[in-house]
Amino acid sequence: MKFHVDPLEKKYIWAVMAFTLLAFAVQVYYAAAHNAHPPSNVETVDSSRLHLEEGVGGGEFMEKNLGLKRDENGELVLTMVAARYGFYPQEVTVPVDEPVRLRIATIDVLHGLHVPYSDFNTMVVPGYVSDMTSTFKRTGEFPLICNEYCGVGHAYMYSRFNVVPQDEFKL
Amino acid sequence: MATTAEEVRSMGAEGAAEKDDARTSHRLALWNMWIGFGAFALALPMGLYQIAVRSGLFPAIQSDSVYAAAVSTHGVLMAYVLSTFFIMGFGYHTAYHSLKQRPWSPAFAWTGFWVATVGTLLAASALLTDRASVMYTFYPPEMADASFYIGVALFVIGSWFWCVDMIIEMTRWKKANPGRAVPLVMFGTAINAMLWLWTSMGATLEVLFQLIPVSLGWMDTLDPGMARTFFSWTLHAIVYFWLIPAYIVMYSILPREAGGKLFSDEMGRVAFVMLFIFSVPIGFHHLYMDPQQAAGWKLLHMFGTFMVAVPTFITGFTIIASMELSGRLRGGKGLFGWIGKLKWTNPVVLAGILSLLMLTFGGFGGVINASYAMNAAIHNTGWVPAHFHLIYGGTSVIMYFAAAYWLWPKITKRKLWSTPLANIQLWMWFAGMWIVTAPWHIIGLMGQPRRTSDQPYDSAIADSWVPYEVVMIFGAALLVLSGFLFVANLVMTHRNRTAEADPTPRYAVAVHQPLAVPKLLNSLGFWSVAMAAYMLISYGYPILQFFFLGTPGSMEWGY
Repeated sequence: MKFHVDPLEKKYIWAVMAFTLLAFAVQVYYAAAHNAHPPSNVETVDSSRLHLEEGVGGGEFMEKNLGLKRDENGELVLTMVAARYGFYPQEVTVPVDEPVRLRIATIDVLHGLHVPYSDFNTMVVPGYVSDMTSTFKRTGEFPLICNEYCGVGHAYMYSRFNVVPQDEFKL
Repeated sequence: MATTAEEVRSMGAEGAAEKDDARTSHRLALWNMWIGFGAFALALPMGLYQIAVRSGLFPAIQSDSVYAAAVSTHGVLMAYVLSTFFIMGFGYHTAYHSLKQRPWSPAFAWTGFWVATVGTLLAASALLTDRASVMYTFYPPEMADASFYIGVALFVIGSWFWCVDMIIEMTRWKKANPGRAVPLVMFGTAINAMLWLWTSMGATLEVLFQLIPVSLGWMDTLDPGMARTFFSWTLHAIVYFWLIPAYIVMYSILPREAGGKLFSDEMGRVAFVMLFIFSVPIGFHHLYMDPQQAAGWKLLHMFGTFMVAVPTFITGFTIIASMELSGRLRGGKGLFGWIGKLKWTNPVVLAGILSLLMLTFGGFGGVINASYAMNAAIHNTGWVPAHFHLIYGGTSVIMYFAAAYWLWPKITKRKLWSTPLANIQLWMWFAGMWIVTAPWHIIGLMGQPRRTSDQPYDSAIADSWVPYEVVMIFGAALLVLSGFLFVANLVMTHRNRTAEADPTPRYAVAVHQPLAVPKLLNSLGFWSVAMAAYMLISYGYPILQFFFLGTPGSMEWGY
């Protein structure tokens, strides 16, 4: 059976394939070499019991445990809770140019979290802990915004997020 | 040659039957498309309202609950009702006129129409009475009234009647015409029907087994991670369900309207088949930022997502080459001389040019969305709705307009009320779409979150979005005006007293019009099996995991 492809179109399709392969290569390279992965920890938590010591999650998201701390390896870990219509704690200060690991869970519905001009962006899904690490490249005062519709008050849900020079940062 | 009285009588009966068949398929086409365009006219001003509210300039109309209801209604009516009903109507017309056979079962088609229409009315009444302000993505555990989910389910089931009808029409034709190539216009339509069956299954599983049982109180909890996974199965492929009819117009109608021929029939088939295979099993770029799926699966889906570039680029090449052919036939010389010679005053040609321009930039934005790492910079910012307004509202819907301008005179047998107005309307839509989406993309990069009625973040960053939001109001106003002009032109065509000179639909012929094509480019069977296998690989474990992860369930929440 005859199958007509114009010679020029054939060359063009090769070029498109090459472009696609290049796009694959760039992404796999950055994922592998720069550890650039989206938040994907598949870790469950009982969203209705975040305030309790027992149960899945075991008190990590109790009020007294929220905020920025250094873990046993000296790394900065920010523990937060999302609840309509706010993120807790309501104000966070982190240093510039140092990796910050975020662990966050929601007590109610779906939320999202994003600090403008950064890749600090994750969904917060009921029943799951979101875990991601990001390094802030510029100092300043940013809003940490809910970016997934979570009800009529969605637009009012945010925390203050300050990125300060390393020498001004105190924990 | 003498004709017997018997022959004359049977010819007359045949002619009458043909007339009946044409009337039936035209009526199906019109009713379906008018539901779609009616929903469009209702939803359009809501877009302007939302953009006006967001700017903060009009405190008198500021309302968080009206805003949420308006976004939800606008999304459902535009993304589901306009697209699906237009596609169904266009499909019934295409099946009858391209295959030239008696329609298989008008009663079956009408049943589907009424089921889908009742479902639409049920969902719309919940939306308009503030009982379903859960956005068109309706992510749980925020829940709408049960009537909304039941309406959505009926709407989808009604659309499946159309899918079955299209596939049966193509199969019957192949049986009657063994070895011959199914007309490209019908092959694309049947592929799209098959695509929609596969696409709609994910959200349907979510609605039937999670949302309806919980909203009726039969189940206490559900897993929102599982619901989002099901929805991602539908959410990306639906985009190709919307886009394929636009491509069908470009491949099968545009080249003839432009006064030329289609550059390649076979490459059109290749594009349709690739769009089918690389549309459904790749939905995880909607879940890149989700915690309930592991990184490896996201990377796997990324590969499939990027493969869609291939049929998109093929379509760009074939359609632009077809246009160049027509431009040169009309006397265009030199590298770019043919562009000026194109029939810019033909609505189908004009819409095709404008559509491809929007596809070029929208496609570039899509590469960012699909990127495994870069997605984090724009996820759930204004960039995302800006992107899909450019690709769906721009690229696809402008071709729906073009199709309607082509179809209406052929269906009603009346001349289009005003062709110049149609062209002005298309230009206005193009301009309005840019004025809305260009600033929207930019504020997305500046971190502006989507679906917000206000921006009380007490931040200089939020203040910097305002000028862009003000510009968007002008674009939205232009779009509303343009949309109303479109609907008015169709209404006036129904009442036009001037008859259409040539109401017979004729499809484009290719430079090498094939009588037969390789079997794989003429049938759906193999590709359905391939789709099943690819789906099993890419969605099998990611869905199965929810049955042993032991995620504590979420109870129902209001909004």
